[in-house]
Amino acid sequence: MKLALSIWRQENPSAPGRMVRYDVDGVSEDSSFLEMLDLLNEQLTEKGEEPVAFDSDCREGICGMCGVVINGEAHGPERTTTCQLHMRSFKDGDEIVIEPWRADPFPVIKDLVVDRGAFDRIIAAGGYISANTGSAPDAHATPVPKENADRAFMAAECIGCGACVAACPNGSASLFMGAKITHLGELPQGQPERWSRVAAMTEQHDSEGFGGCTNLGECTRACPKGIPLNVISQMNADLRRAGYGR
Amino acid sequence: MTDTLIDGLYREGEPIADTKAPKGVDISQMWTQRKFDAALVNPANRRKLDVIIVGTGLAGASAAATLGEAGYNVKSFCYQDSPRRAHSIAAQGGINAAKNYKGDGDSVHRLFYDTVKGGDYRSRETNVYRLAEVSANIIDQCVAQGVPFAREYGGLLDNRSFGGVQVSRTFYARGQTGQQLLIGAYQALERQVGAGTVKMYSRHEMLEVIVVDEGDGPRARGIIARDLVTGEIETHLADVVVLATGGYGNVFFLSTNAMGSNVTAAWRAHRKGAYFGNPCYTQIHPTCIPQSGGHQSKLTLMSESLRNDGRIWVPKRAEDCDKDPRDIPEEDRDYYLERIYPGFGNLVPRDIASRQAKNMCDEGRGVGPAVDGVRRGVYLDFADAIARLGEDAVRAKYGNLFDMYERITGENPYQVPMRIYPAVHYTMGGLWVDYDLQSTIPGLFVTGEANFSDHGANRLGASALMQGLADGYFVLPNTIRDYLAKGPFEKLSEDHPAVVQAQREVQERIDRFMSINGTRSVDSYHKELGKIMWEKCGMERTEEGLREAIEEIRALRADFWSNVRVLGTPEGLNQTLERAGRVADFLELGELMCIDALHRRESCGGHFRAESQTEDGEALRHDDEFAYVAAWEWGGDESAPILHKEDLVYEFIELKQRSYK
Ligand SMILES: Cc1cc2nc3c(=O)[nH]c(=O)nc-3n(C[C@H](O)[C@H](O)[C@H](O)COP(=O)(O)OP(=O)(O)OC[C@H]3O[C@@H](n4cnc5c(N)ncnc54)[C@H](O)[C@@H]3O)c2cc1C
Ligand code: SF4
Ligand code: FES
Repeated sequence: MKLALSIWRQENPSAPGRMVRYDVDGVSEDSSFLEMLDLLNEQLTEKGEEPVAFDSDCREGICGMCGVVINGEAHGPERTTTCQLHMRSFKDGDEIVIEPWRADPFPVIKDLVVDRGAFDRIIAAGGYISANTGSAPDAHATPVPKENADRAFMAAECIGCGACVAACPNGSASLFMGAKITHLGELPQGQPERWSRVAAMTEQHDSEGFGGCTNLGECTRACPKGIPLNVISQMNADLRRAGYGR
Repeated sequence: MTDTLIDGLYREGEPIADTKAPKGVDISQMWTQRKFDAALVNPANRRKLDVIIVGTGLAGASAAATLGEAGYNVKSFCYQDSPRRAHSIAAQGGINAAKNYKGDGDSVHRLFYDTVKGGDYRSRETNVYRLAEVSANIIDQCVAQGVPFAREYGGLLDNRSFGGVQVSRTFYARGQTGQQLLIGAYQALERQVGAGTVKMYSRHEMLEVIVVDEGDGPRARGIIARDLVTGEIETHLADVVVLATGGYGNVFFLSTNAMGSNVTAAWRAHRKGAYFGNPCYTQIHPTCIPQSGGHQSKLTLMSESLRNDGRIWVPKRAEDCDKDPRDIPEEDRDYYLERIYPGFGNLVPRDIASRQAKNMCDEGRGVGPAVDGVRRGVYLDFADAIARLGEDAVRAKYGNLFDMYERITGENPYQVPMRIYPAVHYTMGGLWVDYDLQSTIPGLFVTGEANFSDHGANRLGASALMQGLADGYFVLPNTIRDYLAKGPFEKLSEDHPAVVQAQREVQERIDRFMSINGTRSVDSYHKELGKIMWEKCGMERTEEGLREAIEEIRALRADFWSNVRVLGTPEGLNQTLERAGRVADFLELGELMCIDALHRRESCGGHFRAESQTEDGEALRHDDEFAYVAAWEWGGDESAPILHKEDLVYEFIELKQRSYK
């Protein structure tokens, strides 16, 4: 296939960015979107032009490292990660616009690479269960009803990619937050810190500059792991129980 | 040391021994004894001790969290943007533990036995016993952290059986066990970041280890790292350094490893004096999605648990290979694993499953698209399982794997059998460590896949995750304190000659990459190296092939250093520069892997030497000659490597030839 790409190029965090057009030829339908970018980079290197910077690591949809906005949609037209989007979803001759995640709390580092460190800081503020190594009771000491275990699992599938934030007009990280709060809140082990957790994480979320949730649902439509909106309701319910008003 | 070069390639040095495992104690008491003998560090002193941990996979994150909790002053490094993205996240199948929750006869001793046997008697008994012993605590720890393992309706944890074993001891979280375990360890790590005991340096790449001799012999005292965002070369000093940097499977270019997985940290340490153990031991995983063409950047593994219900076959006749598999009647199918190994069937160990798949394809009975003229694929068929259990039950068990397969290949595996082929997946070799997980450089500890210790010539499924967490949560925190009890060591200044030298080496290397200005891309070298390694140092190896490979790698390396093209600047993010450094190290490691493979004239585990096979084509080990760990010392840029042998003594398990017939 032959494609016309418009890609956001930005030298460094403080440099101004701009869209640059590239033509790429010889793309296999079986290649992933990132393999298509690899090919472009090989072609650019041959010409002596600096390759386009983009993030990826596992390339199998699980590490959450990849992620760009493709034709206006986070991770592109299908509900999957950018590395698992295949070129068979596009047509020969297509024009594709590729941009980095856009959100104030995710500053651009270079080209398509952004800084999502805010997510780590939210987790550090309380997104865990305190269990020092070596102090745990036998794993069978507390049975967990299967419905709770399954719901916890569903929420725990979040890969921290940030597409929800990129898709949200308010730049809210509520889906990411709700996923973690639901994961830990569904488990008996997560109960002792349930209310302090939601309060601390929310405080950090707001101070990082993420916006509030207005229930538009763009996040869940962009989420490659299909995290449902109801994790946000659980977060809000927990917030109220925690006596923490927004 | 031998004066002349053996095979024209290496010298032999003094034998080496693991001296830390207590002697004269029953194996079941060794770890208890070692923990008791290891010196304690008083809580008030811990704050004064600086620990550097490179890597935030299961091995690194768990260690950083635990040492942070204990009150040490920890600095943690990873090259990804967040510690949560370490390669461990990709593990699918599960984690073993000797819990015997199923009451099917499992025990610490049986897990120990299975692991030693599964490693084809090339792992160290003492380490493996300890691994089995602490395995049960891992599950307790992870459940307490909120890891959502699969559960039964009664609310208790579920187990399954996994590649090559006959008990159900594998804990799992659908097909995302690695992700869930890593998130648990990552959250524990972030908790310590919040508490201020751990300082996290993400998007940092370690490029050198600082080794200082202050009169009492060399010690690891810090690292040089590059801030991948600013390009700044930073010096970090500490009392002890831990490498938890994962495996080097990416030397093959196409592998199931994450794109950034590299050997740099281990290789730089090797060049500074750490021995490299069994570099040629590569795990080939039998159930990967076959390659579809030349554009591919990586291969995708599907959990081996699929072998529990899928049946593996190829057409009996080569002429049937391009038919729709559904049109091939039962009697024309060859369920070759069930035929050759009736006792284990589709659950034979990985190396056997992999090699037999390759044999079928080499015979011309492979299926799927031909790459370079050969069809490289065999069927993994769920038709029987769907008929027996129903499509819903199969979906519940393997749904996400089926979806993943469909996304990548465009075929629906509920209707057409999947196609699989082996791929490089894991490396059992790594830096040599003693029972305390300390390398031959004092103060440099190595955990997880980066060390060589527990898996021998072949790794059983679900035991790498176990090792990573065992090392990080339970082993290292106990052994490292014995070392740290001698600290804090004399404060080092950044102008110490050893520090300055390490900084200079890093800077010069970067300057060299930027100044070559050649014509070939970094990736093109990596691909070429990968081809050589896969063809000549992969599943099957011959003396002739390995000798060719060594010559080819040397030539490729020389070309790389005169003709590679790295664009952009070293200030700021430069992904080509990052890759260039990694590929340069792979080009050196690749040669050592071939030398190691050449010298080991036996077949064992995933390492099949064509010259060493039984009459019916099974791997033939030579215990009389090769029951040792090959620990290689760096000989210098212009000199040959030096081989040190650690004899493997089996006191508690009888060494047997393997038979899965
Ligand atoms: C697809 C797949 C499936 C698997 N499935 C299973 C399974 O079901 N069961 C099982 O037991 N095992 C499985 N394995 C193997 C297992 O996942 C790995 O062996 C294990 O996770 C390795 O953990 P680790 O902590 O040693 O290293 P890794 O998780 O690889 O972590 C390495 C860390 O080191 C850092 N790093 C590396 N080099 C540098 C450097 N120079 N500077 C700074 N940081 C650096 C990285 O950033 C990363 O944080 C699987 C592996 C793969 C690829
Ligand atoms: S909730 Fe979904 S979109 Fe948001 S970070 Fe998690 S996986 Fe990504
Ligand atoms: S690269 Fe890991 S999710 Fe895409």
